Amino acid sequence: MAEFPIIEIKGVDKVFKLQDQTIHALAGANLTIAKGEFVCLIGASGCGKSTLLRIMAGFEQPTAGEALMWGKPIDGPDPTRGMVFQDYALFPWLSVRDNIGFGPASRGLPRSEVNAIADKFVELVGLQKFASAYPHQLSGGMKQRVAIARVLANDAQLVLMDEPFGALDAMTRERLQDELLEIWERTGLTVVFVTHSIEEAIFLAGRVVVMTPGPGRIESDNALDLPRPRDVASPEFNAIRRALGAKLHSHHGKKAAA
Amino acid sequence: MTAAWRRLKPTALALIVPLLLLAFWQMATANQWTRLIPTPYQVAEYMVDFAWGGIYDDAYSATLLTHLLASMSRVYGGFALAAMFALPIGLLIGRIPAARMVLDPFLQLMRPIPVTAWLPLSMILFGLGAKSAFALVCLGAFYPILLNTVFGVRSVDPKLFEAASMLGCKGNAQFFKVVLPAATPSIFTGLRLGLGLAWFVIVVGEMTGVPQGLGAVIMDGRTLSRTELVICGMIVIGVAGYISDRIVVATGNRLLRWSLTHHG
Ligand SMILES: Nc1ncnc2c1ncn2[C@@H]1O[C@H](COP(=O)(O)OP(=O)(O)OP(=O)(O)O)[C@@H](O)[C@H]1O
Ligand SMILES: [Mg+2]
Repeated sequence: MAEFPIIEIKGVDKVFKLQDQTIHALAGANLTIAKGEFVCLIGASGCGKSTLLRIMAGFEQPTAGEALMWGKPIDGPDPTRGMVFQDYALFPWLSVRDNIGFGPASRGLPRSEVNAIADKFVELVGLQKFASAYPHQLSGGMKQRVAIARVLANDAQLVLMDEPFGALDAMTRERLQDELLEIWERTGLTVVFVTHSIEEAIFLAGRVVVMTPGPGRIESDNALDLPRPRDVASPEFNAIRRALGAKLHSHHGKKAAA
Repeated sequence: MTAAWRRLKPTALALIVPLLLLAFWQMATANQWTRLIPTPYQVAEYMVDFAWGGIYDDAYSATLLTHLLASMSRVYGGFALAAMFALPIGLLIGRIPAARMVLDPFLQLMRPIPVTAWLPLSMILFGLGAKSAFALVCLGAFYPILLNTVFGVRSVDPKLFEAASMLGCKGNAQFFKVVLPAATPSIFTGLRLGLGLAWFVIVVGEMTGVPQGLGAVIMDGRTLSRTELVICGMIVIGVAGYISDRIVVATGNRLLRWSLTHHG
């Protein structure tokens, strides 16, 4: 296993055919992610971030090129790759505990073991008081905690997050960012995190991958070696923010000139 | 206001319209705007006789329970029969495109035909009596159950399938772990509407020459020009249908606590 990276995206194209048009969502994407990395994808709307993430999850197949996990083609969704959706996608008929236990229960573990695992992860995300509440009784931040716990409870090695904190207020978002980093540092997970926010990317990531649209391409791959915890007000942070901002907006200039 | 008033308020508000109607009825009969309709008092008196006897002592005295039980057996029997057909067919149509293409056009074509129109054919096919009554009630309850089941199965949030599959629940397992639970509120609404319609069509169902049942009583009342009998039958159907619905709703609220939309 050690000779292969956890994720390899090799020359991936993705074309969507609608009735009257074809959309090049991704063109020639290459990306290698090593175990334990925290990678953020940023880019303008429509540049293919979600598509790339969904290919890694196995929800979509590349039109050309290869998507590999540990050197083997990704040919469908799998519990080793957990997805956290922006709109949570919790099962509304299951309590917090049963949502978190859904994966273990699907693997056919005995009820007592499922409950033990679920309780452990309920505690990890601090929702003990809400273990028997239903999703509609939770705030957005709590729902996203459940969504994260549900993926972790299933022993996912790779966590794919598509703007998971996009719908949350600033304070909740900051708390969840801290908690996510804490879990990541403690567990050695690999995280791929899509965001619209440069600040969020710089705060979280070990690497920021900048994408540009029309067709979706990977523009640049930026390793960040700022020490953690990162201070969003520090000059170093701001310098990176400016540099990334320039890369992110460069194609606007090109478009306007054309 | 006081706690007592807050508790009583819904009941008080709900009684306004029935009481106004009752007052209007009283006024209309007292002023002899019509001579064909008995006064509320006469109907009330007759209801007591219908339920317990001891006032008129005619053929209908103290028979309410018999007729009510006869009608209830048809309503719940026909409803159960309808659910037995409509649920599996609905799940099939909702999940399997081929089944939808085969069954849906036919069922949509049959749907506008009212239960009353089926009455003669039903009596030819199932004979005079209880079997026909069951068939007609069943037909009345069938479509709301079917349509809501199909709707429930087809409107499952696609994200939930993705969520289930990335958690290791794939293929047919998703039917029991995702489709069925997600569709329950809708299926429940269908069952509730279906049971309501079963009560709604009971009179037609009992036009098939059954000797007992509230519908039969109403038809007799019409033939004998005994309007108070007709009105008593109507009131009993209304009340019985209402109570039956409240029980269903209460059950639903307990079972579907997770569903925000389900508070009837
Ligand atoms: N299932 C699909 N069918 C057709 N077109 C699609 C589909 N999914 C994505 N696309 C198209 O592919 C392109 C990239 O979409 P994608 O969702 O990956 O962008 P994104 O970077 O995630 O955007 P956003 O930041 O707005 O979420 C868009 O033009 C989109 O319309
Ligand atoms: Mg997206």
